[in-house]
Amino acid sequence: MNRLFFQPHQAGLSKVEAAEHTLRNINPDVSFETHNYNITTMDNFTHFMDRISYGGLEEGMPVDLVLSCVDNFEARMAINTACNELGQIWMESGVSENAVSGHIQLIIPGETACFACAPPLVVAANIDEKTLKREGVCAASLPTTMGVVAGILVQNVLKYLLKFGTVSYYLGYNAMQDFFPTMTMKANPQCNDRHCRRQQEEYKKKEAERPKVEVVEEEEEVVHEDNEWGIELVSEVTDAELQAASGTMPDLPEGITVAYTIPTEDTASGATVEETEQSLEDLMAQMRKL
Amino acid sequence: MADEATRRAVSQIPLLKTHAGPRERALWPQRLKEEYQALIRFVEQNKAADNDWFRLESNADGTRWTGTCWFIHELLRYEFRLEFDIPVTYPDTAPEVAVPELDGKTAKMYRGGKVCLTEHFAPLWARNAPRFGLAHLMALGLGPWLAVEIPDLIGKGLVVHREGQGSNQ
Repeated sequence: MNRLFFQPHQAGLSKVEAAEHTLRNINPDVSFETHNYNITTMDNFTHFMDRISYGGLEEGMPVDLVLSCVDNFEARMAINTACNELGQIWMESGVSENAVSGHIQLIIPGETACFACAPPLVVAANIDEKTLKREGVCAASLPTTMGVVAGILVQNVLKYLLKFGTVSYYLGYNAMQDFFPTMTMKANPQCNDRHCRRQQEEYKKKEAERPKVEVVEEEEEVVHEDNEWGIELVSEVTDAELQAASGTMPDLPEGITVAYTIPTEDTASGATVEETEQSLEDLMAQMRKL
Repeated sequence: MADEATRRAVSQIPLLKTHAGPRERALWPQRLKEEYQALIRFVEQNKAADNDWFRLESNADGTRWTGTCWFIHELLRYEFRLEFDIPVTYPDTAPEVAVPELDGKTAKMYRGGKVCLTEHFAPLWARNAPRFGLAHLMALGLGPWLAVEIPDLIGKGLVVHREGQGSNQ
């Protein structure tokens, strides 16, 4: 967090305080509540769970989503424990120790794998670690990697909350090769966390009770009730003209296309300007006289 | 990656039986007893091997632990206070041991003096939880860290011997 927004004039503030100031300046209409503590201790953890349960938009209601942006395994496990116990949907994010990979993960207790269902995932780096490690230093940090991960996290949040696009259950980022693997991980029936196992049971029950809905894709024909004037939709350009105006399509991989093509033959036809003896000054004077 | 001596010492420490963290009101006292049993056994073994190097004690509910550890280097004894809280996810995650006096003196430490255990200890704990306990944390976590860092810090002059700390005979 501190690499993405902490500014020199905020020295002395805690990360969350500095974050609140910066974000409030960007959008004063957002409401903030900050707490600066270690969530793994008994007292703080109870308070943390309380705020998840009652700190929603309307006080007394639970929050809609929890986003984990912490930098250590223990804090993530604590968040995982809280969300499993409360059945709270959350998204976990992180950047690797060598700073050249990161990931986001959507966790729905009981439905998807929780953070404890499997050992920590690592986005394969395909690099020789020796080229990256420096003696005597544990962890590297690149705000660029963090910026990318923060961006894909928030993008995923928007898609989830506003219901557009495809929400990724897991999206990795390999900065060295620019590779973005996606996948889904089912919950582990032998997960160490008993609340995760309980959530899995409840999810199975709910799924069994849900009626099977047939998904039929229908193409809707746009038809108006009446067409008094006999209006037809016709392309302004004829097929022949369209052909002449197109050039060759470059060979592109799936998912990429061109905005338009340029034909090889010179299609611009018509008269050109004449040869003239007039100088530039003459032409300028002629223009002024018009 | 512990060395032979460490691995031998650890194999003597009894494993713990109760899988309970501080939030489990019914089972935590049982786990706490087992922690003390393992720690006592470990300290006795250390004394017998002439390698007594730490003391630990907790508050009444066993959620906060404090103590001292010491290190003999070139016949001089260096003593440090240590402390840690039991995290809510214990024993699936290990506590973060802190040596506050050394805060800021080495890169292998987080703010507040928390010893960096990521490389050499965290995967080991994950594989052996919940049978590993605080005695194992000392033996495999703090011990090796001190063995590497203290001589280095002494060499760099960042840790100096305090008069009256006593030397090794």
